[in-house]
Amino acid sequence: MDSTDKKIVTLIQAGFPVSARPYAEIGDKIGIGEDEVIERIKGTKESGEIRRMGASFDSRKLGYSSTLCAVHVPPEKLEEAVEVVNSYINVTHNYERNHHYNMWFTCIAPSRERISEILNEMEKRAGIGPIINLPAERLFKIQVDLPVIDG
Amino acid sequence: MDRIFTSQEQELVRLLQDDIPITAAPFAEIGSAVGMSEGEVVAKVKEWLADGTIRRFGAMVRHQRLGYKANAMSAWDVPDERAEEVGSVLADAGEVSHCYQRPRAEGWNYNLFAMIHAATPEECHEVAAVLAGKIGIEDYELLFSSREFKKISMTYFVEQD
Repeated sequence: MDSTDKKIVTLIQAGFPVSARPYAEIGDKIGIGEDEVIERIKGTKESGEIRRMGASFDSRKLGYSSTLCAVHVPPEKLEEAVEVVNSYINVTHNYERNHHYNMWFTCIAPSRERISEILNEMEKRAGIGPIINLPAERLFKIQVDLPVIDG
Repeated sequence: MDRIFTSQEQELVRLLQDDIPITAAPFAEIGSAVGMSEGEVVAKVKEWLADGTIRRFGAMVRHQRLGYKANAMSAWDVPDERAEEVGSVLADAGEVSHCYQRPRAEGWNYNLFAMIHAATPEECHEVAAVLAGKIGIEDYELLFSSREFKKISMTYFVEQD
């Protein structure tokens, strides 16, 4: 990425223009044409610098429930547990962490009941558990402009 | 909260959560796919941004924030009656990106969670120690991720969910 690419990426990370000709608008801001903006964004997308360009929705506003889950998985079961847990589209993040509860993942589904069903199913399929279910009771901060966590 | 999303709105969500077209008039293109005019799509996206349905609209970049290589999930055992006050203090810290109160569970006595970002794991520990002093709570742990097993964006309104 050259400095013009970086300028574009910085701009569209903060907020993509919601207007009839967004790429022309971006071009006006940095002094290049619409066609060049389009070519450059295609390039950064192809090189993988931009992972996705679109909307991040708030699951609660769409009527979905979300939670953070943790489970202790013995080393010999880890590979299979990862495979089972990751197979759900409801799981967006899954990490190994340094604790007795060594697998931490998020689960998003249309209802709390559906989340319970999914967790029960995971326990049976992977032979692990109990999975502890820790839905947020109070939210103090979500820094949305951080690209580190894109849930 | 129990807002009903029409099938057309659900279709719009499905397209917007994916990649938007890199063509001169992307909202017109999205509109023609869902049976809405360009103006209707633009108005709907603005409405969803204003009411928080869309948290962020733009490019998600692959690399982590420059200079912030380490992140730790800090977990704190805070007396329930102090949770609100302590949560606000943790959330105020510039190094903290996310902060939540969650229930305790079997083998898990921590009720406040704060994601700490710093240049190194040692710095994460230093940030946590300073926060501990501020809130007067010594019962906490930092959990670092040793492996990432999965990280994707959620896809809403699809069959399998």
